[in-house]
Amino acid sequence: MYEELKDEGFAVITVAIDRSAADARPWIELATPSHPSLIDTEHLLPDLYGIINVPTVIWIDEDGRIARPNDVSFGSNKLKVMTGIDSEAHLKRLRAWVRGDGPAMTPSEVRAHQELPTAEEQEARAEFTLAWWLSQEGHAGDAERHFVRAGELAPHDLTIRRGSMPIRGLNPMGFAFLKLALKSALKRKSLYLYRPLKDSA
Amino acid sequence: MPDTLTLLHDGGSDEITVADLARPTIPADALEDTLGWDLQPEGLCRGVACVPVDQSALVREDGLDLGVLADALQRPLVTDEKHAVAALGASHHDRGQALASLEAPDFTLPDLDGTLHSLSDQRGKKVLLVAYASW
Repeated sequence: MYEELKDEGFAVITVAIDRSAADARPWIELATPSHPSLIDTEHLLPDLYGIINVPTVIWIDEDGRIARPNDVSFGSNKLKVMTGIDSEAHLKRLRAWVRGDGPAMTPSEVRAHQELPTAEEQEARAEFTLAWWLSQEGHAGDAERHFVRAGELAPHDLTIRRGSMPIRGLNPMGFAFLKLALKSALKRKSLYLYRPLKDSA
Repeated sequence: MPDTLTLLHDGGSDEITVADLARPTIPADALEDTLGWDLQPEGLCRGVACVPVDQSALVREDGLDLGVLADALQRPLVTDEKHAVAALGASHHDRGQALASLEAPDFTLPDLDGTLHSLSDQRGKKVLLVAYASW
């Protein structure tokens, strides 16, 4: 995808929302990226962009303006059975935008699709910051209370609820996650795993 | 006996001396250096922008009340008294306003080799920003 479009004034920046470079390394090396492949241990990007799950993709134009807000897209259709999300639709739209064949969204459409952060989400992020600091200082037991509080404040924020699992010794692919995913399926209105934009062409 | 509070904020941290961990204060003269705000008769000011604040609640004998300060700035303040650490988060109002302006917030993060990259390095190109994780 990148190779195909890089001569057309297009760049990809990938950011791993992980606790260490060691966590992100196998993924980055698997992709052997020719683009900036960054690591965000402090969850700066979720804070700045209101990101509540991964993968999240955002389009930014030549002038540094948001051309399409937070959306869900996978690099391939390997997980389509589980997620119900077709990566082809996003790729097709992206190709058209990069080549100038198709529009991104108008500014008012971008605004209409943005979900701006709430006070609770920001408090949850502060609790996560505190918990992560305590955990790195060797106070895992005391960090737990703050991880739990963060999850209560923003139950839909998977960068906190699932992203904290490896730090807390929980398996993000295991039972704790399955329980979360099941709850999510049962309560689609308040908590769901993937929230693609509803502008499907 | 005064304690030292570690205040996590804006991606970094500061050590501040406080008289009471349950009601932490920040020295008035450290406000501008630490958080970029200045206390004026009209309120808390940063450049030309000021926000109102109840100064009788804010100004205490041993400094400025951190809780009142956080409320005035609409920033979440969460604390762990046992370990004398607090996190002052970003205001949802500030973050929301920045996103609603549609100007993509700039950031600088390291790659695996520790080399720093910024979004603004890519100005002039269309950018696909992808957040992912191993979890």
